[in-house]
Amino acid sequence: MKATTKADKIKAWALTIFLTGVSLAWAMPIVIVLINSFKSKGSIATETFKMPTAETFVGLQNFTNGITAGNYNFWKCVGYSVIITVLSVSLILVCTSMAAWYITRVNSKFAKLVYTLCTFSMIVPFQMVQYTLSNTANMLHLDTPYTIPIIYLGFGAGMAIFMFTGFIKQIPLEIEEAAVVDGCSPVQTFFKVVLPMLAPSMISVGILEAMWVWNDYLLPYLVLDITKYRTIPIHIQYLRGSYGSVDMGASMALIILALLPVIIIYLFCQKYIIKGVAAGAVKG
Amino acid sequence: MFKKKKANAPAVGAHRSKLITRPMRKMVWIFLIPTFLCFIIGFVWPFASGVYLSFCEFKLIREALFIPISKVKDVFVGFSNYVRALQDPSFRKAFFYTAEYAVASVLIINVISFFLAYLLTLKIKGSNIFRTVFFMPNLIGGIVLSYIWLLIFNGILIHYGTYLTENATFGFWGLIILMAWQQIGYMMIIYIAGFQSVSEEILEAARIDGATKWQTLFKVIVPNMMTTISVCMFLSLTNSFKLYDQNLALTAGAPVITTAEGTQIKMTEMLALNISSSFGKINAWAKGTAQAKAVIFFLLVAAISLIQLKVTRDKEVQQ
Repeated sequence: MKATTKADKIKAWALTIFLTGVSLAWAMPIVIVLINSFKSKGSIATETFKMPTAETFVGLQNFTNGITAGNYNFWKCVGYSVIITVLSVSLILVCTSMAAWYITRVNSKFAKLVYTLCTFSMIVPFQMVQYTLSNTANMLHLDTPYTIPIIYLGFGAGMAIFMFTGFIKQIPLEIEEAAVVDGCSPVQTFFKVVLPMLAPSMISVGILEAMWVWNDYLLPYLVLDITKYRTIPIHIQYLRGSYGSVDMGASMALIILALLPVIIIYLFCQKYIIKGVAAGAVKG
Repeated sequence: MFKKKKANAPAVGAHRSKLITRPMRKMVWIFLIPTFLCFIIGFVWPFASGVYLSFCEFKLIREALFIPISKVKDVFVGFSNYVRALQDPSFRKAFFYTAEYAVASVLIINVISFFLAYLLTLKIKGSNIFRTVFFMPNLIGGIVLSYIWLLIFNGILIHYGTYLTENATFGFWGLIILMAWQQIGYMMIIYIAGFQSVSEEILEAARIDGATKWQTLFKVIVPNMMTTISVCMFLSLTNSFKLYDQNLALTAGAPVITTAEGTQIKMTEMLALNISSSFGKINAWAKGTAQAKAVIFFLLVAAISLIQLKVTRDKEVQQ
């Protein structure tokens, strides 16, 4: 390498300063919402970009109002969102990895058919099935947070199976053969040998599916009985539906509460998240 | 054509051995059937019955589904739903609006994320922190994201005595800004991977030949990154066409104008939103027509995906 000249150093610093500026601008929208979540509801619309003053500062009042806004406790939404996401993602991970292993190892016509249907399902937009899917879900009484994971498994199976078959093809056969020789049944081979080797791809697929289910609006909105069960996106959209009577302060507080867990998880697992998302993009 | 397909077929001999396969075959009930049943409930049946319903006229789904075959001819109306869908001015408007949005957003998102990725691969201080910040909006769901931006847009526009849903142009650029904020970090990650895959030898050769930084970027790096570029272009293109949550939460199609014939047209409504809200209408042919729109929409998205497959494969061959 040639020695770095003074001009190069200045350039590198200029670039860092420039990108710092862009990053700050990038984070600004969230900072603005955070600031506004502490202001009185009247001042939010008119003085959006001002810091709270002695008159407009309301402390945590927006948060206490927000939690009970729309006669529906916000923590219930958080609970349902967590239940739906955890159940759906676990179900998807276990079922589709098993299916993908079967499809890769067994060359039956049926396995090929399932694989073809799965790849096909990836190019179908949700609007194509929204009407018939919500009807089917209601008919089969799959309209609670505890049964909706079945729908998520059904509609999300395509991408997960597609990704898992890609990963499984890279696993050498010899290891599984050794397990069979040692007397493992297929179920044992899968859970004791294949599954541990799939761990990195489990994280990738899990993150992609979790992001989809957690943020999904239309599917749970159509399937769930929303007088009883609301996820976070459904609740936030519902509150806005009562147009004009919106409590801006409460909305700001709820947005912050909705963002907080996502940002915290992101800061701790960003390496995995960025890797998982990139893997999904290249595969899909 | 056929040869190519075979080369990319899912399973080749090396992934199987009789030792493993034979005991597995009996276990299809444990490994494959449960997922397959859910897949039928969640995809196969809704898709197939959706295609069928697009040829039917009905008010309630039980008038057209689960009826004796002899009665199918009473609800079957052939292609008239498709004719109605294609003649619907709001659907046409939504199509052109979506196309316009797609062109603008694909260009803006890809150009910015390409250059951000380039800057972040220059080995400057703090590039990991920048990457973390730029990627973060990608994790926020469309509904929440839209409310954040709605606050900001209206906070600015109020000083000019107006608001976001008053003017369709505001809604258009508002959606572009919002989506750029969300997607640039994501595309940037893929572009960074692309930059890193360009081999050091090629860059070294360019340096020895005395290429300037810009020449290296456009004449050496870009041609070697065509696969990545096409992946990102198509990814952002399909994302634009499927966009729903952000469209609903930001403007929900407003403002609405009334044409001379008396039909109401939403000025910022995209295809997915148009279809979803068509299912909510109650006249006799509304649901069948909405389903026909959905089939057209599906064919459109599928066509884009197939072109993508062809383009990326050709690029791979070239390299």
